[in-house]
Amino acid sequence: MKRANMILLVLLALALPLSLLAGRVWLDFGVTPNAEVILAQLRLPRALLAIIVGAGLGAAGAAMQGYLRNPLADPGLFGIAPGAALGAVASFWFGYSASAWLLPIFALTGAAGAMALLALIAGRTGGIALFTLAGMMIASLAGAMMSLAISFAPNAFAMSEIVTWLMGALTDRSWREVYLAAPLTLAGILCFLMARRDLDALILGDAAARSMGMRPGVLQFWLIAGVGLTVGSGVAVAGIIGFVGLIVPHLVRPFTDRKPSALIIPSALAGALLVLVADSVVRILPTITELRLGIALSLIGAPFFLWLLLRMRRGYSGGLM
Amino acid sequence: MNLSAKNITVTGRIADVSATLEPGKITAICGPNGAGKSTLLSCLGGLITPDNGYAELGGVPLSDMAPIERAKQIGFLPQNGEAAWDVAVRNLVALGRMPHRDAAREPVDAAITALDLEALQDRPISQLSGGEKARALLARVLAGQPEWILADEPLAALDLAHQLALIGHLRKQADAGTGVVIVLHDLALAMNHADRVVVLDKGSFAGQGAAEKMLSHAVISEVWKLDIDWLGESGSKALSIR
Repeated sequence: MKRANMILLVLLALALPLSLLAGRVWLDFGVTPNAEVILAQLRLPRALLAIIVGAGLGAAGAAMQGYLRNPLADPGLFGIAPGAALGAVASFWFGYSASAWLLPIFALTGAAGAMALLALIAGRTGGIALFTLAGMMIASLAGAMMSLAISFAPNAFAMSEIVTWLMGALTDRSWREVYLAAPLTLAGILCFLMARRDLDALILGDAAARSMGMRPGVLQFWLIAGVGLTVGSGVAVAGIIGFVGLIVPHLVRPFTDRKPSALIIPSALAGALLVLVADSVVRILPTITELRLGIALSLIGAPFFLWLLLRMRRGYSGGLM
Repeated sequence: MNLSAKNITVTGRIADVSATLEPGKITAICGPNGAGKSTLLSCLGGLITPDNGYAELGGVPLSDMAPIERAKQIGFLPQNGEAAWDVAVRNLVALGRMPHRDAAREPVDAAITALDLEALQDRPISQLSGGEKARALLARVLAGQPEWILADEPLAALDLAHQLALIGHLRKQADAGTGVVIVLHDLALAMNHADRVVVLDKGSFAGQGAAEKMLSHAVISEVWKLDIDWLGESGSKALSIR
């Protein structure tokens, strides 16, 4: 596990400066006009935000797969990402999105609403099935309300803004978003670390875990808080970026001892690396307008998901489990 | 410390069941399907809170104990134990230390040695046979050094040789002073290896005592509705159904 962390840290250290230089304009200090401004005000906050969002999504994916004991689980299952997205959509709908802080605050409020609803429905019994179904219901409800908001958008501009924002991107983000997302994501990852022993106990199932002292309600609290903080803040600053939480734990798992606790930090690092690299790639692709990061990751993630399903259907679980 | 069920009722499953289990013995919980064996075991392990009555350990109701304190004293082996992730045997066994919040090596090494898993400790759990997996799962419980081991049909999926081997491991634990409680379907195994037997019938307590008494022709006829004979000598009896 420590070796995996070291390798990922080295890769991140290599990828970060390359990401800072890469883009429509390849920064060449002394040649590129305003290179320092581009670096300090655009590239650096964007790269850091990619690292923060990716780390949060990766860690949340590892925790969710551990909790649901399912390699196909994704943080989106909790309904918190759609809840946050619904909050952001509401800010567009009511025309508040132009204000610097209101969009992320609306998104975080949406995430908090989804978290509260989830905690309320799942209650203190802590049943995993009820929890998952409640999350799916919230996701479905939030999705329907977003569609409703798009259908009844007050004007074409708002509709276009909503649809574009939902695709997820890190374009034109500033230090403001970094300051918002960094502490929340860090707090979320700490919540997952608080849950790590209980997640390990769940390897042997719910009954064995409870017999070892795992308290289902406490575990759910840490997970709701963790997913709410990481995914909620990620959606608040970058929109919907799917599949990172699903893919990353798979890529990392073979390099760990496969316990959920051993997967959280490497998944955070690998998630950071994946989003940083993907965001750099969408910047340098020769497209007329920049490919949205959310679309790019879905284009990678969906075939990966299918490949996972096919491997599972063949009964091979060596790399999966 | 005795582990006791005091007038336990779980609606729809068991009604007013009381039993007192002693440490240093193997106690088998027997009864036909639907008798409530697993429910009683879960109550004794603190995993189900009864609707009425309570389970207590050394005079302290389990519901008054913090889950982590209960877990240090009662190790529970669920039925059909499966690992969700393909962890190595040693890591699986080390999970037994969770109630103690430590990574002590000695109890894990001792559990691995006690169940003859030294050669397999680095092997992923998916590469074990059924018998090896059952030993690894029991080793996880032993690594927690509990005073009580509760196991829900630990022998169900094993062939005869592995059944005898596993029950031999449980006997060693009982001889060392640990209380062992197992749900058993195989009445011959209960007759030959259990010191005490608790019999449940349709959710009610039907009796508790020595195996010879609780699995007699009369009791089996009444509870299981079977006309049987015990053949052979004490300790190696076989069940013959007429």
